[in-house]
Amino acid sequence: MASYIIKRFLIMIMTVLVIATLTFFLMHAIPGSPFNEERGTNDVVQANLEAHYHLNEPIYIQYFIYLKSIATLDFGPSIKHPTESVNELLGRGFPISFELGMVTIIVAVLSGIVLGVLAALKHNGFIDYLAMACAVLGISIPNFVLATLLIQKMAVDWELLPPATWSSPMHMILPTMALATGPMAIIARLTRSSMLEVLTQDYIKTAKAKGLKPYKIVIKHALKNALMPVVTILGTLLAGILTGTFVIEKIFAIPGMGRYFIEAINQRDYPLIMGTTVFYSFFLVFMLFLVDIAYGVLDPRIKLHKKESD
Amino acid sequence: MEHLQEKTKTDHSPDTRNIPDEWFRPKAKDIKSAEQVVRPSLSYWQDAWQRLSKNKLAMGGLLFLIFLSIMAIFGPVLSPYTVQDGPLATQNQPPSLNHWFGTDHLGRDVFTRTWYGARISLFVGLMAALIDFFIGVIYGGIAGYRGGKVDNVMMRVIEILYGLPYLLVVILLLVVMGPSLLTIIIALTVTGWVGMARIVRGQVLQIKNYEFVLASKSFGTKPFRIIRKNLLPNTMGPIIVQMTLTVPTAIFAEAFLSFLGLGIQSPYASWGVMADESLGTILSGHWWRLFFPAFFISATMFAFNVLGDGLQDALDPKLRR
Repeated sequence: MASYIIKRFLIMIMTVLVIATLTFFLMHAIPGSPFNEERGTNDVVQANLEAHYHLNEPIYIQYFIYLKSIATLDFGPSIKHPTESVNELLGRGFPISFELGMVTIIVAVLSGIVLGVLAALKHNGFIDYLAMACAVLGISIPNFVLATLLIQKMAVDWELLPPATWSSPMHMILPTMALATGPMAIIARLTRSSMLEVLTQDYIKTAKAKGLKPYKIVIKHALKNALMPVVTILGTLLAGILTGTFVIEKIFAIPGMGRYFIEAINQRDYPLIMGTTVFYSFFLVFMLFLVDIAYGVLDPRIKLHKKESD
Repeated sequence: MEHLQEKTKTDHSPDTRNIPDEWFRPKAKDIKSAEQVVRPSLSYWQDAWQRLSKNKLAMGGLLFLIFLSIMAIFGPVLSPYTVQDGPLATQNQPPSLNHWFGTDHLGRDVFTRTWYGARISLFVGLMAALIDFFIGVIYGGIAGYRGGKVDNVMMRVIEILYGLPYLLVVILLLVVMGPSLLTIIIALTVTGWVGMARIVRGQVLQIKNYEFVLASKSFGTKPFRIIRKNLLPNTMGPIIVQMTLTVPTAIFAEAFLSFLGLGIQSPYASWGVMADESLGTILSGHWWRLFFPAFFISATMFAFNVLGDGLQDALDPKLRR
C-alpha cells in the first residue's frame, strides 16, 4: 500500500510539473505583450512595467521565478486587476466554484447510484428502460443547452426558481441540475452494468439462500462491489464538472473562478492565466490522487493481497 | 457424491469389449446432410453487422448520421442563402416557407447555418477520431509489442498526460494559436489519443502471446509488419468502438469552446456559436434560434452514443450467439 501511494504521489508531482512548464512556455509563445494596449506610455514606463513583472529577464530566469512562485503558492499580482493579487482573485472566486462543484458531485453520485441500482434490480422492466433512456439523454444533451432550457422553463415560463446568480439554496438548484445531469447519467449507466454483473455472482445467491432481506443483500453485499467502477471514474468526472463550471458560471452569472479564467485568457493576463491553470490542475490532480488512494483502500483484492504478504 | 462421481467415471470410459457385434451398423449414406452447415459461415464483420442491424436504436442512430452527413454536404449548397450574411430587414423571423428554421438577429437563415454547423461538428469529430486513431495505435502498438522497459516508460508518460485536465490544455492552446478549426482539432488530439493508446496497448499485450504471432515471428517477420498484419486486425473491435465514442466527445468540446467564445468565430456558424448567440432569446421568445442548434447537437451526440454502444455489443466476440 505504501509503495502504491508513493508511486501515485510521484506521478502527481510529475503531472503538476508538466502542466506548469507547459503553461509557462505556451504563455510565452504568444505574440504580443500584456502592455500592448497601454497607449500613451513612453519607453521608460514600458520598461519599468516590464521590469516590475520580470518580463525583461531572460526566459529561463523567468521560468525559475515562476517555479518558485508555484512552490510557495504565491502567484503574484494580476496584470489587469492591478490592485489585487492572483491569490486574492482565486480566494474570492474559488470557494463559489468549489461549492458549485461539490454540490454537483454529491447530487450526481447519489442520484446516479440510486437510478443505476433501481434499473439493475428491475432489469428489462419499465424502470430500467426509463432510467436508461434518461441516462442516454443526460449524456447526449450538452450542459449549456440543458442550462438554457432549464432557465427558459423553470425560471422564465413557470417562474418557479431564480434564473441567475448564486446567493441562496434556491439559486443553487438550476445550476446544479444543469451541471449534474451529465455525470449522473454516466454514473447511473456504470452502476447498472456493474450491479447486473455482481447480482449474478454466487455469493449473492448464497446470501439469498441464507434468507437475507433483499434490501440487505443489495446494500451490504452487492453495492459495495458494484461501486468500484464508479470510484474509478470519479476523477474523470470531477475534471468534467470543473470545466463545466466555466460554462455554467457564464450562463447563470455566478461570480466563480471560471469567469476570471475566461476573462484572463481574453485579456492576456499571464499571471492570472498561469495562476488559475496551475491551481486548477493542482486541485484536479490532487483529487485524482485521492480517488486512486480511495480505490486502493476500498478494493478488497488489494487488501487481500496485503494480508497474504503479511 | 462419491456415488455420482463413480457413475460419471464409467460413463466416460465405456467397456468396448462387451458390445455385441450386431450393434455396429453402417450409417446410411447421406452426403447432403453430412455436408450441410447448420449455421451459415460468416466472417467476423458479417456477424457483427448482423447483430448490429438487429439493434433498432443503433440503426436509428446510424440512419440519422447518414442523413446528417448528406445534409451537411448538400444543405448549405441547396439553400439560396449564405452562412455569413443576411438582410437586416428579415431579422428574427419565425420558421416559414422562405426560412424553414427562421432567421437570427442579423437576418441570417438558420437552416443554412445549422447545416454549416453540422459540417463543422462532423469534421471536427471525424478528424479528432482519425488522428487519435493513428497516434494511439502507433504508440499503444509499440508499447504493447515491445513490453518491458519501453512499455514502462511509455505508460508513465501516458499516466502523466492522463492526469492533465484536457479542456484546460485545449483552452491554453487556443489562447496561443488563436481560435480556428485547425487549433481546435490539434488541441483535442493533443490529449485525446491517450485513451486509444491505452486500449490498443492492452489488446496487443494480450494477443502478442498467441501462437499465430509466434508462428509469424518464427518466419522472421519484421515487428512492424506483425503489428500491422497480425495484431491490429484483431484489436479492430475495441478500436472502432473507441473511435465512435471519441466523436461525440470532440463534437461536444467544439460546441463548448465555441459557446465560450474560444472556438469558431462568428460570422461562421457552428452549433456552439449559434447556441451562444441565441442565449438572449430566452426572454425575447425567438425559440427557433436556440432550438435548432441545441436539437442537432443533442441528436448527433445521442446518435453517436447509441451507435457506439451498439457496436460495442456487436463487435464483442463473447456475445456471439
